Amino acid sequence: MKDILIQVKNLSTAFREEGRVTQILYDVNFNIYKGEVLGIVGESGSGKSVTSKTLMRLIPEPPAQILGGEVLFEGDPNQNVLKYTENQMCSFRGEKVAMIFQEPMTSLNPVLTCGYQISEALLLHQKITKAEAKRRAIHMLKMVGIQSPESRYNCYPHELSGGMRQRVMIAMALCCSPELLIADEPTTALDPTIQAQILELIGDLQKKNGMTVMYITHDLGVVAETCQRAIVMYAGRIMEVAKVTDLFRSPAHPYTEGLMKAMPKLHEKCDRLYNIEGNVPNFAQMPQGCAFHDRCPDCMEICKTQQPQLVEIGEEHQVRCWKAQQAAGCAQGV
Amino acid sequence: MENLLEVKHLKKYFPIRAGILKKTVGYVKAVDDVNFQIRQGETFGLVGESGCGKTTIGKMVVRLLNADSGEILFEGRDLTKLQGEALRRERKNIQIVFQDPFGSLNPQMTVGELFAEPLKKHHYGTRQEIDARVKEMLQVVRLSPLDAKKYPHEFSGGQRQRIAIGRALILNPKLIVCDEPVSALDVSVQAQILNLLKDLQEEYKVSYLFIAHGMAAVKHISHRVGVMYLGKLVEISDSDEIFEHCLHPYTQALMSSIPIPDPFYDKKRIVLRGEVPNPINPPSGCKFHTRCERACAICREQEPQLREVLPGHFVACHLAGEAGEGPKDAD
Repeated sequence: MKDILIQVKNLSTAFREEGRVTQILYDVNFNIYKGEVLGIVGESGSGKSVTSKTLMRLIPEPPAQILGGEVLFEGDPNQNVLKYTENQMCSFRGEKVAMIFQEPMTSLNPVLTCGYQISEALLLHQKITKAEAKRRAIHMLKMVGIQSPESRYNCYPHELSGGMRQRVMIAMALCCSPELLIADEPTTALDPTIQAQILELIGDLQKKNGMTVMYITHDLGVVAETCQRAIVMYAGRIMEVAKVTDLFRSPAHPYTEGLMKAMPKLHEKCDRLYNIEGNVPNFAQMPQGCAFHDRCPDCMEICKTQQPQLVEIGEEHQVRCWKAQQAAGCAQGV
Repeated sequence: MENLLEVKHLKKYFPIRAGILKKTVGYVKAVDDVNFQIRQGETFGLVGESGCGKTTIGKMVVRLLNADSGEILFEGRDLTKLQGEALRRERKNIQIVFQDPFGSLNPQMTVGELFAEPLKKHHYGTRQEIDARVKEMLQVVRLSPLDAKKYPHEFSGGQRQRIAIGRALILNPKLIVCDEPVSALDVSVQAQILNLLKDLQEEYKVSYLFIAHGMAAVKHISHRVGVMYLGKLVEISDSDEIFEHCLHPYTQALMSSIPIPDPFYDKKRIVLRGEVPNPINPPSGCKFHTRCERACAICREQEPQLREVLPGHFVACHLAGEAGEGPKDAD
């Protein structure tokens, strides 16, 4: 059995707005194993970013509210991240888990030099001198492939291109050698050739340091190329969890299947793309039963009234769908 | 097939001004001697990374920007020389759909008003005729007649993009410039919009200039594709040809850098070193030579011209097509 790095149990998050409570995450359960590359895929409004921000406790409370659940570090019931004090949280972020965001321009401080921002993180987490911090920051810049790191150390974020900024973000995230790197749409704002560079960089660093990486993305291509396991989210729920090879070979959930067919392919010919009818449901007006039933081509009577559970249908393959569960001959456990 | 649009030697340099006197200290060569044609009922895809000048071309075609030199021939008439009334009349034939459906629709107008505005501007007909046309167009872009009374904020991103498409189509244009129409949308919604654009083309025989950085979408919708790098077209060919046998090293790198949503697909990825050079100070010779693995002496000195390497396949690279054939001019 693989070692669990982070275990997420029954996590539910809601937003309170003008007295109304809108639930965003519904009983999210998953494990992150040590050394793996995990992908969370979903469209906008599927709750994937809220999941990662809840893990890091980066969502403001209020308006957000964590309704329940546990995030256990190393699966240890005594290390519930959601119960950490602010001090514990500070050392958890950065040392254990680090995060990079989609927009490298807005996540770097524009009035501080890039080098300073990296050494700041080092000084905060480790008992080292300023000179040592600078030396290590320059080493990090070099590691992420920035040319002439000594002079780049003194650059401000606006002096760098998008790809370079994202490299600085990665250097900052990795400077304290965290065990888990959460990459929230790390390449969405970048051009394809730069995206390829950044994905390769994260992949190399992951292999070299044996780091665990969690990608959050809407791009199935990124998942197929980088991840070993993937979680498909829709409307705040996990719809399918599987090894990437299984997910692409035999997607069990109609939503996963639809997503794959809806993507235009580079190496195949087709005249019309598959169309998932309708839109992602509004969180304030969730449909009854399965959240996907009103867009599902295989909708059955039971789907309209009863919410399916996430059930194991194969080795490391879980799905939340009545039809897939029937097909796999699973006992219905509600 | 007849050429609907012909772009010849199109140039757009943006001056860089500095100092208190705002003296021009240099130029960004956003579009530098670009040639291409769009045929009737055809989709021409224009791809490239940000800053390569693809949007500038789109804007010049609809005359939101004026070209510095060169010609844009639309059915033989040069758009760059048109003024006043003549230009207004021509605008009816060329419409544009922008990337961001949140920013491109006036939030204070209902969908009905948004649809009717271009009709009124171009004296389409009586009020009844306009109303009928609006109703018809709502149906064409798969919206319900009740939606005419709603405001843009009441719609999702995909629906809003359909409103923008309907508005562009309402005057029966011959050419629609689509500037990144699906980049801001989710995968499942992207498919809806791409299918809609294809259906509309079949029905109304409209041509598209489809500008995007999403390769897969471009391949799906385009008949022919042009690849841009630093203000230059580096390769033009049929869509199938370019995606299977691209000849320019930049196109090859661009294609290989797109993540393929298939874990079993075995591919050789070419990861380019470095970044797009500064367009104020582009490299000498071939603009791509600083990042090109195959660059040799001639690439650093001489700028390659677009030449026809295979029938209908144009490449601007000294090394493409090898075998010692003499360079031919594209036009």
